Amino acid sequence: MHPIFLTIMKRLGLSVLTLFIVSVIIFSTVEFLPGDFGQAILGQAALPDTVAAFRRELGLDLPLHVRYFDWMGGVLTGDLGTSFSGRGTQGLDNSRPVIDLIAPRLSNTLFLASFTALIAIPLSLFLGITTALYRNSIYDRTVNTITLTTISFPEFFVAYLLVLIFASFYKVFPSLANISPDMPLGELIYRSALPALTLTLVIVAHMMRMTRAAIINLLANPYIEMAEFKGLSRVRIILHHALPNAWAPIVNVIAMNLAYLVVGVVIVEVVFVYPGIGQLMIDAVTARDIPVIQGCVMFFAVTYILLNLFADIISIITNPRLLHPR
Amino acid sequence: MMSTDNRSTAAEVSQIKARRSLMENMLRGLRQAPPTALFGMAVIFLYLMIAIFAPLIAPYGESEVFPDAYAPWGEKFLLGTDQLGRDIHTRLIYGARNTIGIAIATTVLSFLIGGSLGLLAAINHSGWLDQLLSRIVDAIMAIPSLVFALMLLAVFGTNAFNLIIIIAVIDATRVFRLTRAVALNIVVMDYVEVAKLRGEKMGWIMRKEILPNITPPLVAEFGLRFCFVFLTIAGLSFLGVGIQPPTADWGSMVRENAGLIQFAEYDITAALTPLLPACAIALLAVAVNFVVDWFLHKTSGLRDEQ
Amino acid sequence: MMQDINKLEQMYKAGAISRREFMKRSAAIGMVLAGSGIMAAGSAQAAPKKGGRLRQGIGNGATTDSLDPGTHNQGFTHNLVCSYANSLTEVDGEGNLIPELAESYEGSVDAKTWIFKLRKGIEFHNGKTLTTDDVLASINFHRGKNSKSVVKELLNPIESIRKDGNNTIVFELKSGSADFPFLMSDYHIPILPEKDGRLDWAAGIGTGGYILQNYEPGVRAEFKRNPNYWKPGRAHFDEVENIAILDATARQNAIMNGDVDVINTVDPKIVHLLTRVPNLKILEVAGLLHYTFPMRVNVKPFDNPDLRMAIKLSVNRQEMVKKILSGHGTLGNDHPISASNRHHASNLPQRAYDPEKAKYFLKKSGMEGVNLQLSASDVAFAGAVDAALLLKASAAKIGVNIDVVQEPKDGYWSNVWNKKPWCTARSRGRATTDWMLSLLYIRDQKWNDTAWREGPEVDRFNELVEIARTELDEAKRKALYVEAQTILHNHGGAVIPMFANHIMALSKKIGHDKAISGNAESDGNKSAERWWFV
Repeated sequence: MHPIFLTIMKRLGLSVLTLFIVSVIIFSTVEFLPGDFGQAILGQAALPDTVAAFRRELGLDLPLHVRYFDWMGGVLTGDLGTSFSGRGTQGLDNSRPVIDLIAPRLSNTLFLASFTALIAIPLSLFLGITTALYRNSIYDRTVNTITLTTISFPEFFVAYLLVLIFASFYKVFPSLANISPDMPLGELIYRSALPALTLTLVIVAHMMRMTRAAIINLLANPYIEMAEFKGLSRVRIILHHALPNAWAPIVNVIAMNLAYLVVGVVIVEVVFVYPGIGQLMIDAVTARDIPVIQGCVMFFAVTYILLNLFADIISIITNPRLLHPR
Repeated sequence: MMSTDNRSTAAEVSQIKARRSLMENMLRGLRQAPPTALFGMAVIFLYLMIAIFAPLIAPYGESEVFPDAYAPWGEKFLLGTDQLGRDIHTRLIYGARNTIGIAIATTVLSFLIGGSLGLLAAINHSGWLDQLLSRIVDAIMAIPSLVFALMLLAVFGTNAFNLIIIIAVIDATRVFRLTRAVALNIVVMDYVEVAKLRGEKMGWIMRKEILPNITPPLVAEFGLRFCFVFLTIAGLSFLGVGIQPPTADWGSMVRENAGLIQFAEYDITAALTPLLPACAIALLAVAVNFVVDWFLHKTSGLRDEQ
Repeated sequence: MMQDINKLEQMYKAGAISRREFMKRSAAIGMVLAGSGIMAAGSAQAAPKKGGRLRQGIGNGATTDSLDPGTHNQGFTHNLVCSYANSLTEVDGEGNLIPELAESYEGSVDAKTWIFKLRKGIEFHNGKTLTTDDVLASINFHRGKNSKSVVKELLNPIESIRKDGNNTIVFELKSGSADFPFLMSDYHIPILPEKDGRLDWAAGIGTGGYILQNYEPGVRAEFKRNPNYWKPGRAHFDEVENIAILDATARQNAIMNGDVDVINTVDPKIVHLLTRVPNLKILEVAGLLHYTFPMRVNVKPFDNPDLRMAIKLSVNRQEMVKKILSGHGTLGNDHPISASNRHHASNLPQRAYDPEKAKYFLKKSGMEGVNLQLSASDVAFAGAVDAALLLKASAAKIGVNIDVVQEPKDGYWSNVWNKKPWCTARSRGRATTDWMLSLLYIRDQKWNDTAWREGPEVDRFNELVEIARTELDEAKRKALYVEAQTILHNHGGAVIPMFANHIMALSKKIGHDKAISGNAESDGNKSAERWWFV
């Protein structure tokens, strides 16, 4: 069997273990949250017997391990369970499967993530390569200073500034990114422009700086010096000799930032009223809607693990020494 | 006897030499530092001074309430007062103390936890302890940190102490990863093997052989983590679960008055009020990043000829 | 003081002073906006026009919301239900009860039997004709042992409901209640279609002015006009879109940048700046919402009436209204009956900050230098912690040390409120006096958050509420309620320092009636039905 395949299989095995630990951590954390769904949803109006009835109906009176294995059994058969919300006051049950709750929000989040990635990744690669090419020039210093500054601003601050400039002073984009799935693509892009721009400003710096550092790191290698002695142009050296070997760290940092785009955009969602999965998750935590919390966290964990796995595979494939181990 | 004396003299001389060279090194380093790094260091120094001497600098008490809410900028209140009639200038100064204090405490704690566990894992690499720690860390890293922090804060209650512990634990996972990775490279070095064969104690090896070699990347990471923690706390305060009133902190100060930014065209000083703490956050983060950048550059031994 | 108010009102109407000035001055003399016609008078509109798409930014809403009326608990679902459904009765802009799906209603002499006549020929959105069975299903839905409805307790007084013929419903109550028809206007009790003996709420079908097109809980709801709407002169928009915008700044940005036409709550802090935005107008209505600091009188040291009086006197109400509500509210007088309520005890002197008198009572209580803990969280109301800090500062001056304890937001209503000896709380108020007093102050109520259950004053108070409930003579009733308010004011356990106004921001393109309901925000949340584009 090819060694890469073995490595990947080993990684997958570990990922399953990691997912299991994540589910245990989340399940027990949720267990310790004060109050429960009945209390949270009925709020100030909750009467003890009403809450008790709710608990019985949701099975919250069962012991922890019973509920855990119940849920686990469901997940293994592809059933994430049913949200606690939407259950009727009496009789009728209109609660929705967790997957139906997550799916539309997820598609919004993925749209924003891909939109941002489409701007941010090429931009940061371009900036990273050109700053490496012209390192220590005025251009390099300027780009470095600007990107350092943008990651130093709190996200909400960047977001409000963009609203002020592009929605208030110059009415270019709407400050409200309340998209819905049935909108045409142009409308979607127009409405999500400001959130995407905010996120771009937040993540470009990381990726650009890693690209630059990875390339410069390689420039000390003998084969680069060799290429220099051969009299190749700097552009050619960087693009054809340094960059192919620099992919591993670059892809790693890109994967990290993509994971961030999927899971970490709660604040941007709040500022722009973007109906993404982060807000759903916060709502679920506030309302103690356990199946939804579990579903979201498992989804996030899977995304994170897959992106990392993907980055590892790319690192292996692009590195001849790892691809053909001695 | 003679020989012992000789040795001690030599040791003394070498000590002085070492001290001098350290001083010299620092001075030389400072002289060579680019303007961005110098600027960064100056800003950090200024912030630390403000944080330490806050009660002496601030014109009023941290949560002293005056009758006029939203007083305009002026002589009595340099930057006006907030919605309760507290002096904004004073709260900015105390905010430095609280925000930076909590961020430093959190970062130090996360390095203590993550660093020591990372070292342990590296020494024990591929052993059961390493496996156990690595799996747990992987799992925690796979949970979105903001949401995890929100849940834990809901469980344990929102106060400064819990905030520090929770963010430190979540953040320690990143420190663990880095420490373990860096230390692994050192652990396999020959001189560590030699020390082990020599029968040195584990603690001695960690202190004398491993720590000095992994310090530079960790110091750089400390700066970055500090910024990250700082921004995370600001984010949590923005979501209303960070540092709680009446403690002055910059994140909450931005949130409380963020709505005013939009009114720039009607009332410029009102619009500037929320920008001041935001700029305070950004300026410190920029300063730390500048210094870290320079430090990384210096210690990475990169060619700098062009 | 009345003269002052009248003068102010005249000046305002004559345009001699601005709205802001009016608000400021009226708050300064402790005046309460009786009724609500005053504020809206300056912005009265021409006759309604039809058409347009109304976009409302609403400051509540969660993914866990549903169409089940028994679970509704905030503005988003309130507005939603008022757009697609109707109730038996309705509270109009002036606070009067008028029939809605009921054509008329009538009570027996002892107010124990109530007969509602249903309007004929009304259709649901799916073409089904409204019948008495729908009404029975809609009300019984909340009753019974297994009900989890938030209004289960409210409907407890109903002994039985039956239909009498095709358009008459008869309610038999356990004891008389003059205000019973008011309960039927509650937004939790819309009349929805019955299907197979059960209430069919999941379809989102009602008799209302708008047909629900699309509902994503916690995100948005979209409606189009019901072409067959039975109510004349209402529901003017072609389409309505409600968007949940929880972040106050995002809401404000949305209205300033023209992304929405209405926002239903405005942060009081920025009202003075919003008034300067040329294409916006601020709508402000004295409401029923009030903020309280309930002391549990069964716990030491709050069992000491002199200490309670000392605390009540050491609250600087003016400062609280000014700083916590930025002046957008009115002074509370330690009882929960708002000035917009017709039973408000307007002759009861306004309690003011009086350190000397407070010191006198503190001395009488023998508790000088006492240490108290006040549990606070902004969940109770926006600025609750700040309000607690203000109280701490003003009480310190009379020699009472208050330790403000920050409580966690999560679980506040279950773990702190109604449990800790002293905390911050709010009540959104209720449309009738009986409802309000029965909810939080009568002896056997679980939500009696001051645990005010013993003593001759309590006996008298409970007796008054009970007599007033069945008293059909308005003058006699008011006298009873005034006495009840006076007892609460002097002996009750709650510090009630302020009533908050409902503040909304509207595009100038929106027209509305002169009188805006103070029952809830957005014209009692009937904005879609009552407002129009000019």
